[in-house]
Amino acid sequence: MWLNPANPQLNRNGELHHLLTIEGLPAEILWQILDTAQSFVGVTQREVKKVPLLRGKAVFNLFFEPSTRTRTTFEIAAKRLSADVINLAINISSQTKGETVLDTVANLSAMQADMFVVRHAASGAPYLIARHVAPDIHVINAGDGRHAHPTQGLLDMFTIRHYKKEFSGLRVAIVGDVLHSRVARSQIHALATLGCPEIRVIGPKTLLPSHVENLGVHVYHDMRQGLKDVDVVMMLRLQNERMEGPLLPSAQEFYKYYGLTEEKLAAARPDAIVLHPGPMNRGVEIDSSVADGAQSVILPQVTFGIAIRMAVMSILAGN
Amino acid sequence: MPGKTLPDAEQLLAALTEQMRASVGPDSGLIGIHTGGVWLAERLHAALGIAAPCGSLDVSFYRDDYEKIGLHRNVKSSSIPFDVEGRHLVLVDDVLYTGRTIRAAMNELFDYGRPASIRLAALVDRGGRELPIAAQFVGAVVELAPGQSIELTRESRGRLALVLHESDC
Repeated sequence: MWLNPANPQLNRNGELHHLLTIEGLPAEILWQILDTAQSFVGVTQREVKKVPLLRGKAVFNLFFEPSTRTRTTFEIAAKRLSADVINLAINISSQTKGETVLDTVANLSAMQADMFVVRHAASGAPYLIARHVAPDIHVINAGDGRHAHPTQGLLDMFTIRHYKKEFSGLRVAIVGDVLHSRVARSQIHALATLGCPEIRVIGPKTLLPSHVENLGVHVYHDMRQGLKDVDVVMMLRLQNERMEGPLLPSAQEFYKYYGLTEEKLAAARPDAIVLHPGPMNRGVEIDSSVADGAQSVILPQVTFGIAIRMAVMSILAGN
Repeated sequence: MPGKTLPDAEQLLAALTEQMRASVGPDSGLIGIHTGGVWLAERLHAALGIAAPCGSLDVSFYRDDYEKIGLHRNVKSSSIPFDVEGRHLVLVDDVLYTGRTIRAAMNELFDYGRPASIRLAALVDRGGRELPIAAQFVGAVVELAPGQSIELTRESRGRLALVLHESDC
């Protein structure tokens, strides 16, 4: 399998062979994934929620880092495509015995894997795996370190398009711990590729990457200014391990300045929607009245995530 | 490009409608296969006075050539806005050729329920079947060479027409 050296996700025909990051993908591939997912939404509403596309294929969920929602939605997606799914939580098996990532992958490949869905705490781990698997095996990045979480970014785009129809006139704010967030990076690349004219990031200086404006985003440190007249608010999860580190005084103080309350949300457009990738820290980055309120689309995000993952898997396995 | 004269699609549709009138009752379900079959099903639906709204299928998720050529670029959504269970159905397609699309469509239909019966209406039957599938209602039988194909097109005012394509292979 020849893969494009500049973008090792793409094969000779410019088609998606692995999904590792949204950065550098042409808009037409993103649209193809979103449109295909739209057709899968119909499938998941039927009596029989399965199609036979991946019948006989083996999908290995390779999670070197714990996850419930992402792993489960990948598993449901693969099963609805009629694939066989094998779940491996590797932090508690071979890694503790000292096996390297590549040895693990080589062993699983010898078990006739067709696709690996990889989550790893180290940025770039899915690239390493993609470079070493056999040419007919596909790799999907399910979150690597601080780098990328492409299917989350895509399901967020699907959710935004579902409620807002177009990206061309939208003002979108991404709020919270952008520094440590692979989700934020995927969102920014996806929004920019799909033609969103105004992307804002809002957070304390200590939780925004330096030179983040080089990604083409507008930087705000004040919630009311940053949220003014936005159409979409994308909250990020404040990871527990950050709450006690030197970057933040306390979770309470973060909530006071950056927690999304109804009062702060009032600065956004009245029809603004609120997204969150989960799991939520209620009372830290988001107030319960917003999380459960009329503008929240957090649970539809989860449902759409299954259709997006079905689309990505079926496009990859066919290329 | 066209080396032969194709029949007029509107006349074929009229003939197809008359064939179906006697045996396709208003309680039947009409399901068009994307894209040409959906246009035909909408016209037949109005002409035959079918009660339930028109259904549409995109069989991309059921095609048997997925392993060879991958997923189609422009997958449309399937929509069956009535209960399939126990209903007499008519599948509508523009061109009947190998029968593989119809096989895929029937597999997809059974994931919605168990119909009482399925019949097939095709505007053009061009022969070349690779599966034991036949249409109960046919507008015309047209002989074509293997390198040739016909496509149904729709003008902005809704008028249907057949176009012949020649491939070099």
